[in-house]
Amino acid sequence: MTLGESLGVALVGLDGHLVRVEVDIADGLPGYVLLGLPDAALTESRDRVRSALVNSSENWPNRKVTVSLSPAWLPKSGSSFDLPIAIALLAAQSVIPEERSSGTLYLGELALDGQIRGVRGVLPSLISAHKYGITTAVVPQANAVEAQLMTEMKIIPMGNLRELLRWLRLDQRMKNDELPLPPTLDETTFDFSDVAGQERARFAAEVSAVGGHHLLLIGPPGAGKTMIAQRIPGILPALSRGEALEVTAIHSIVGGFSSRSPLASSAPFVAPHHSATRVAMVGGGSNLIKPGACSLAHRGVLFIDEAPECAIGVLDSLRQPLESGSITIARAIGNVTYPARFLLVLAANPCPCGKFSGRGRNCICTSQQVRRYFGKLSGPLMDRIDLRVQVDPLSRVELMASVLGESSEVIKGRVIAAREVAADRFRNDEWSLNSHIPSRALRTTYQPERPAMNFLHTALDREQITARGLHKIMRTAWSLADLSGHSRPNLTNTEQAFLLREGLAP
Amino acid sequence: MEDINRPKSGNRALGYFGESAVVDFLANRGTVIVDRNWRIKEGEIDIVAELPDGKISFVEVKTRSSMIFGHPLEAINSEKAHRLQRLALAWLAMHQSFGREYQIDCAAVILSPGGSFTIEYRENVL
Repeated sequence: MTLGESLGVALVGLDGHLVRVEVDIADGLPGYVLLGLPDAALTESRDRVRSALVNSSENWPNRKVTVSLSPAWLPKSGSSFDLPIAIALLAAQSVIPEERSSGTLYLGELALDGQIRGVRGVLPSLISAHKYGITTAVVPQANAVEAQLMTEMKIIPMGNLRELLRWLRLDQRMKNDELPLPPTLDETTFDFSDVAGQERARFAAEVSAVGGHHLLLIGPPGAGKTMIAQRIPGILPALSRGEALEVTAIHSIVGGFSSRSPLASSAPFVAPHHSATRVAMVGGGSNLIKPGACSLAHRGVLFIDEAPECAIGVLDSLRQPLESGSITIARAIGNVTYPARFLLVLAANPCPCGKFSGRGRNCICTSQQVRRYFGKLSGPLMDRIDLRVQVDPLSRVELMASVLGESSEVIKGRVIAAREVAADRFRNDEWSLNSHIPSRALRTTYQPERPAMNFLHTALDREQITARGLHKIMRTAWSLADLSGHSRPNLTNTEQAFLLREGLAP
Repeated sequence: MEDINRPKSGNRALGYFGESAVVDFLANRGTVIVDRNWRIKEGEIDIVAELPDGKISFVEVKTRSSMIFGHPLEAINSEKAHRLQRLALAWLAMHQSFGREYQIDCAAVILSPGGSFTIEYRENVL
């Protein structure tokens, strides 16, 4: 037979299309044609596949080779097609048994010596292939850990082409191929007991973790804003298996550029520098649309230090994902939607010079400069921030205190308990966090107590808060009620929520 | 015993040896050899033959004494393929045969150290 076939996956965002790799070996001058909109890396596959085959003691057909990646209209990129092309080539020469090579998904880049190298996006590829009914997949050894998260499929990690061909021909595998699941990760996170003092900011972080409320920390340099933000993932409950899969799939698309372990079940923490561009923040790219910082922070914390230093438009580009929990990126090759449900934590200095706090003694900024500085945090964005707290410089007493603050473990316990109360309350609703209660429900089922509502209505009448602000405060009040064990937010909870949101209002 | 047919040295001798081998091969198949080493300014056609059905066949022969530099037919790149097409049309024009059906064949002659050789003949490839 001079026709061969195998299966690969082309990713568009997190969605994979099953790609049928067809190889025809026809009489004619030696040549190689690759069809199906390949990008540069894929076009180069010819030379990798050829060397890998020859160096694995296989035959390269010196005839006219036509490789077609179907569906032909779908642009394909990356090096993960090396392996399916090699397998289809061998199948076309009838040197491997068809019954085992067909119906199996192949992912991997070939090295010139026949080694199978790791590729990006293995987990999302497997998840998509599973939807198409594929049950067996050969993946690079380097991606074995990530691939084994996909427990619904039979995963066969392979280190090189010879090994793979031995399995295809003789059903023999090396002893160490069957990897035991690696032990659970010892995730080293920062602990809240390292933070001295800062009771108010610690409390705000806890409330933020309970209800998923976005947080703004304002304080002079060195007061501990970054320390607090870094410790928020440590007090968030561990991700469920489904959530962890979702997060790993997104990080897998970025490949080696993400340092997150595929097995990690902690909430991700992503802290882009304030020089980040809009594309870096929300995602983009011309032939492979990559997720941005806000998608990498999905189910975790997106921390932007020195937020007012961000370029115009960068912070505001987060408004849409903040609202919808996902981001749709449109490019010439198509639209891609990435999930982006993150907890936004912003940090800012009190003024450009950073000394305008306490008595503001050494501050050299003019009032104009201070206003311009905070003007960068636009109104619509600030409206979505429920908790705004001042992080004051540490006093001598706080710094010298020998009693450490509460550890993350203790705070996490309270957060989990409060989240369970909320989850139980929302068991018949389609949301599970207080920050996601729709305003319709806040006006009916989930209204705070009467005196609390009177307080809020007075504030509304005095134009201290907007209608959206009113709802935001009610949501925070629910988190405070869950933390303090009230079945419904009372006046104290609501006043506290009001202060957490409006206390710093200029 | 040394093979007396084998060329002693030089690429030209090697090429001529290969072409002769292909001519013998074609003659055995019942093809009439019309012309050999037809040369104009633009290049050379190794063999011109007339097939039993009246088609003219232009044959490009590539001879190699080893596969170290790849398969002989890989040396025919698109530039060479285009030149062969032009040469074929030129030959037809100059032999009052313009408009006749023709095909371009390629033959690879690979010598092995023992003195034997193999011919790979691919018809109508361009």
